[in-house]
Amino acid sequence: MSPGRRTSSRTIEFPDISEVSSNPLLTVDDLRTAFRTPRGTLRAVDGVSLSVRRGETLGVVGESGSGKTVLSRSIMGLLPARDVVRSGTVHFAGHEMTALPLADLRQIWGAEMSMIFQDPMTALNPVVRVGRQITESLRLHLHLDKKEALATAVELLRSVGIPSPEERVRSYPFQLSGGMRQRVMIAIALACSPRLVLADEPTTGLDVSVQAQILDLLATLQRERHMAVILVTHDLGVVAKRADHVAVMYAGRIVERAPTRTLFAHTRMPYTRALMESIPRLADPSGTRLRAIGGRPPDLLNPPTGCRFAPRCAFAQDKCRQEEPPLQPSEHPDHVFACWFPLADGASATPEPVAVAAPRRSGGGAGVAAGAGADVDTGAEQ
Amino acid sequence: MTATPVPVPGSDVDPEVVLSVDHLVVEFQSGKRRVQAVSDVSFEVRRGETLGLVGESGCGKTTTGRAMVQVQPATSGTVRFEGQDLGRLSNRELRATRTRMQMIFQDPISSLNPRRKIRDIVAEPLSIWKVGTAEERAARVRSMLDSVGIDPDTAGDRRPQEFSGGQCQRISIARALMAGPSLLVCDEPVSALDVSVQAQILNLLADLKAEFGLTMVFIAHDLAVVKNVSDRVAVMYLGKLVEVAGSDDLYRSPAHPYTEALMASIPEPDPENTSAYAGLIGELPSPLDPPSGCRFRTRCPYVQPKCSAEEPPLREVAPGHQVACHFPLGTPVAAPASTTT
Repeated sequence: MSPGRRTSSRTIEFPDISEVSSNPLLTVDDLRTAFRTPRGTLRAVDGVSLSVRRGETLGVVGESGSGKTVLSRSIMGLLPARDVVRSGTVHFAGHEMTALPLADLRQIWGAEMSMIFQDPMTALNPVVRVGRQITESLRLHLHLDKKEALATAVELLRSVGIPSPEERVRSYPFQLSGGMRQRVMIAIALACSPRLVLADEPTTGLDVSVQAQILDLLATLQRERHMAVILVTHDLGVVAKRADHVAVMYAGRIVERAPTRTLFAHTRMPYTRALMESIPRLADPSGTRLRAIGGRPPDLLNPPTGCRFAPRCAFAQDKCRQEEPPLQPSEHPDHVFACWFPLADGASATPEPVAVAAPRRSGGGAGVAAGAGADVDTGAEQ
Repeated sequence: MTATPVPVPGSDVDPEVVLSVDHLVVEFQSGKRRVQAVSDVSFEVRRGETLGLVGESGCGKTTTGRAMVQVQPATSGTVRFEGQDLGRLSNRELRATRTRMQMIFQDPISSLNPRRKIRDIVAEPLSIWKVGTAEERAARVRSMLDSVGIDPDTAGDRRPQEFSGGQCQRISIARALMAGPSLLVCDEPVSALDVSVQAQILNLLADLKAEFGLTMVFIAHDLAVVKNVSDRVAVMYLGKLVEVAGSDDLYRSPAHPYTEALMASIPEPDPENTSAYAGLIGELPSPLDPPSGCRFRTRCPYVQPKCSAEEPPLREVAPGHQVACHFPLGTPVAAPASTTT
């Protein structure tokens, strides 16, 4: 298929694949992004370091407000021009992204690094046929003529599993189902065979059945094209079988990062474990009480001192509230975590499945504090 | 306000059946054609029970839910609530009955009026029916907000946009419970929420169900979520029920290939679990032109010639376990299509 070829008279040069294969494709070092707001400085990304190799998938997992979307936008350089402070470095395929002027970034966006957005209805232009939305980058970056670009667009739609693509290139986004629109988004993102795709909640809002199809499709295309993918999601279930490495974000920071199997088998950070335990499992009997995480992520305008998860953590002690734990290596390779009192293998993050669903009524028992961290002082389960 | 249900005299109404849906059909006009969103669906919900209704987008589960509370009129068939045929009530009677059957919706933020204060939003069901004095209503609002985990002192004077999705859903739940319903219909109440918040809301619903003695219908596309909250689960596909069973029964021995496929597509948070089954292929066919015979046959891995010729009726395969499939799983006939016998 033709979109794989790289014919261009670009001004910005990319080293040959063989030269960089031993180094990570993307290295992010101490990235910080803050927004100036009327209420103060909001540190959405606060010192994140990570790396991604060619063809690899990194899962970035966190709740709403953990900074995961701002992180992916900061890596791309897709940030508002005003009231934003970004520091740190983003090294991508031999270029320092943070130092590039907009004109150079435009050559990278879509061609070398692209993004699949969460909401395909708002990310697609509603009054432009999907075919033209795909050919746009083909004509710009690969300098295909109209006919070539259209033929390529049809092939791309076929490769993302859209039936009768010859007709579908003429459709408008509203004529397609949610799953089909997300496939179109993927086709646009992959049109120029980028080396890195940032997928920001690519399946949130879709049915579980369609979600599995879309993620499988992304994985297949990734293998065929040897792309690297950063898969951003709130659901650890989504990354469990699809990511090589997983980074868990909380309040703007990475709190645990490991190869996927290590992360699930040897979880150290209580927040990671709590995220895993909050997912309802089919195998559990009906009516099983979910181990919910009480409270909410902290206000990033005014994050708590010490460990930022401490107010919601079942194991928090005085040290956690005073001193912020650094990312430290575990005994497993490539596994780092930020916790003063790490969990043992297989330990639960909620000592007892108590009613921490909410800061519920005040008369609910002496030890149950209202607000965050409602379950701090309950005893051990076994 | 307490419009006590009057059972239809001489009929076989079981007082333990809160809701009974009988041969429900809902049609919409689509251009010049009629499209059936719900095609002949029948089920009962017993007092204190939670019935889960699960299926993909477009399967008719939301329309069924809306028809239950008569937001969407039925084209044919009946919906009986506490013995009353809702289709035969006058608007006035229906309005009174609706205080006992409430619904919560998928998008918690847009289902709350952005210009009103939380205390007014939650008080509205009582204000409409002029229940109690203003002080009594205020007290009810406080205790209800407290029940759903919202601090009435700080939240009462604020407006919906100041709250997160999870908090807005708590507020919607508080509003739904104000008039003292016996039936709560929840339409995808957690699918717009993060998994962590989802768990909080599901636990909250379980608590409130016990506290207020509710009967619930829980509509969602994620079978793991539905199974967690439901006593029984009804699986819908393209306007029809394809399987109804107790939750644990359904998980242990799914009889319909569609149920099996729905289960396989759930992302389990376990990297070691490498189930070979790929889940569902393709998309839901257009309800304008449903496939002949079994509607699932176009996506079914076990399809046989009989499936396109004849529509399988919903029949009992085990006590309390109904399935609409010619070759239900777990029986010797249900071999993959490739093995010809």
